Amino acid sequence: MNIVMFLAPFSLGLGLLAVAAFWWSLKAGQYEDPAGDAARILVEDPEDRPIA
Amino acid sequence: MAVIYDAARTDLGAFLNRHDDGGARLDLLVPDARCAGCLSKIEREILALPGVASARLNLTQKRLTVEFGKGGEDPAAVVAALERLGYPATPYDPGRAQDAHDREGRRLVLALAVAGFGVMNTMMFSVPIWAGLFGQELGPATRTLMMWFSGVVGAPCALYAGLPFFRSAWRSLKARRANMDVPISIGVLLTLAISFSETVLGGRDAYFDAAVSLLFLLLIGRWLDHRLRARASSAAADLLALQAPSAIVMGPDDALVARPVAEVRPGDRLLLRPGERVPVDCRVLSGASELDNSLLTGETAPVAVSLGGDCRAGALNLSGTLQLVAVARSEDSAVAAIARLVEAGAQAKSRYVRLADKAAGLYVPVVHTVALLTFAGGWALGLGPREALIRAVAVLIVTCPCALGLAVPAVQITASARLFRRGVLVKSGAALERLAEVDHVVFDKTGVLTEGRPRLVDAMPRTLAMAAPLARVSRHPLARALADAAGSGPLASEVTEHAGQGVEGTIDGRRARLGRAAFVGVDGAGSETELWFGFEGDIKIRFRFADSLRPDALETLEALAARGLSVEILSGDVPGAVGRVAEALGVAAWRAGCTPQDKAARMDELAAAGRRVLMVGDGLNDAAALAKAHAAMAPGSALEASQNAADLVFSGERLEPVVAAFDVARSARRRALENFGFAALYNVVAAPAAMLGLVNPFVAAIAMSGSSLIVTLNALRTGLRR
Repeated sequence: MNIVMFLAPFSLGLGLLAVAAFWWSLKAGQYEDPAGDAARILVEDPEDRPIA
Repeated sequence: MAVIYDAARTDLGAFLNRHDDGGARLDLLVPDARCAGCLSKIEREILALPGVASARLNLTQKRLTVEFGKGGEDPAAVVAALERLGYPATPYDPGRAQDAHDREGRRLVLALAVAGFGVMNTMMFSVPIWAGLFGQELGPATRTLMMWFSGVVGAPCALYAGLPFFRSAWRSLKARRANMDVPISIGVLLTLAISFSETVLGGRDAYFDAAVSLLFLLLIGRWLDHRLRARASSAAADLLALQAPSAIVMGPDDALVARPVAEVRPGDRLLLRPGERVPVDCRVLSGASELDNSLLTGETAPVAVSLGGDCRAGALNLSGTLQLVAVARSEDSAVAAIARLVEAGAQAKSRYVRLADKAAGLYVPVVHTVALLTFAGGWALGLGPREALIRAVAVLIVTCPCALGLAVPAVQITASARLFRRGVLVKSGAALERLAEVDHVVFDKTGVLTEGRPRLVDAMPRTLAMAAPLARVSRHPLARALADAAGSGPLASEVTEHAGQGVEGTIDGRRARLGRAAFVGVDGAGSETELWFGFEGDIKIRFRFADSLRPDALETLEALAARGLSVEILSGDVPGAVGRVAEALGVAAWRAGCTPQDKAARMDELAAAGRRVLMVGDGLNDAAALAKAHAAMAPGSALEASQNAADLVFSGERLEPVVAAFDVARSARRRALENFGFAALYNVVAAPAAMLGLVNPFVAAIAMSGSSLIVTLNALRTGLRR
């Protein structure tokens, strides 16, 4: 039973990590231009990279 | 004095967004950017310009954001560079409303993410509890522990994810009204409270997972609805930015300054190129040209203007460059009276009660009465207050308003996505609901039933081939129509264009003229819908033009009639032209010479007779009627005021989208009603079960997600053709 006391918070932590990652990606504007991001990987120029 | 427009010399300072650190930002709309090639070319070239710190093209919204370094901004150079690359660009003011809209969207997405996290992780603790319900080995102490876990995770998530609902419920309560969010908020808060008290008292029923998943499903519906409106409003804003971006004002030393139309003052001198619209009411200072008033009055024939002539805002300049002096501000221009009519119509429309709200009006009192009866009845019949309260809460949970909150937005977003692919822009979900109820269609003639531009009628191929080389080098719309009819071929040389008169050039060594009767050397007044052509000293040939019907106008009207809709034409044009169109299309009911007020009055008349009218119009003279009609559509070529007043905007050469929109709207209504029917059926089964205490947290979770899944799948069928 003791293992639950360890695993439950651990899995919650993982879940919170996912929410934090999503929150970050939202703030960073990663959903602003899906068409452009899809096109950018085709652009040859090495200087072109997604903005942080 | 000739003033030549040069993109690189025009001051676009009014569209710069200055930062505190001395830099500035310029937003441009680049509608022709489509692919990775455009993207890299544009960004590379613009970044190479002096003073540009960064250039970023958003391919989804077709917007280019250029950041200038300190003091080095030259926005005109950016526009000129884009034009050189082959991408016409329009300065764009992103506006505050858009930002507010985006913030709202982000808040919803974040609430959705938190609710999603809550659902998954609360469920993790709920599954052992459910297993305990089915006789698996689970001691009371472990169960209580699991309930505590799910409460600690679920309750904060539910409180955060419920904020949009709580806020809206509070607002409507303050206004002494009850909207859908009031019962949702009551249900969620009551569920959380009961679940906590059960956990503390060591009970069996905790509904933390149900509360969070209810919010999760409702937030999906809320977010879909938001996206529908956000996408429509940004697409509409793009169309409008392309149309009336700015006026080119001439400074004292003839320097050209682009200024937002709202900032043009009476007395300003303006430069108007062919193909542009008159920004405000003006008088001509110099130059000669023809104006197309068709969007203002519905008249097809262009009107010639020269020194001292009046130009009304919204008229399209056809042939020559004009210098104008503004005589009114934008808000005082001839359009102001129409704008007031539009406003009145829009207010009437906002009183329309949406389907989901109608259903909510039925649902809320019934469900709350049933829950209250369960509590009172259960207590009276000897259940004890605690058990009676749990059953009442179970009733509230299983009769969750998912069908209302999720099913209708899901239907409407599916419908509008299908229409979007066919070139129809739906501005709101309510617009689709109103369109489905329509039983009478009123069309404007010019630009709606007809193409709104001239086309050559019955010319002989030989004469056409003779005049074509000259027509191909002219910008005049009649000459363009002639060139279109002739196809590609040789061009005339040594061409000079005489604004408002015609074009002169050399074909196979002979001088020839194409233009007005007097210019070519024919006596008589001539007409605005004809063009004369002749070699020097030779006979003169006449070409006649007419505004032709859209290619599928007849089919469209037949398709509408087949759906049981009556059709009527209201036009501002002369009776002869309207009558010909009505006859060609087999429409018996038509009126010509209508003023904007006439059209609006006719809408009131039809509404008073109990008809639900769809108005399809493009001109400023239709704007008031569009706003007053039960539902309204405008083509993408329509003026700003008309597009604002319309519920749906369709693009392209064809009229068929009107029928498509109507079909999809009816299909959406059918799906929505089916979903309501399903929800009612489900509640008829679930509510008594909950009253009898047959519902435990596991059953509630299955029933809730199952019903939401079914209504969503049904929604996806919207607009599918059999």
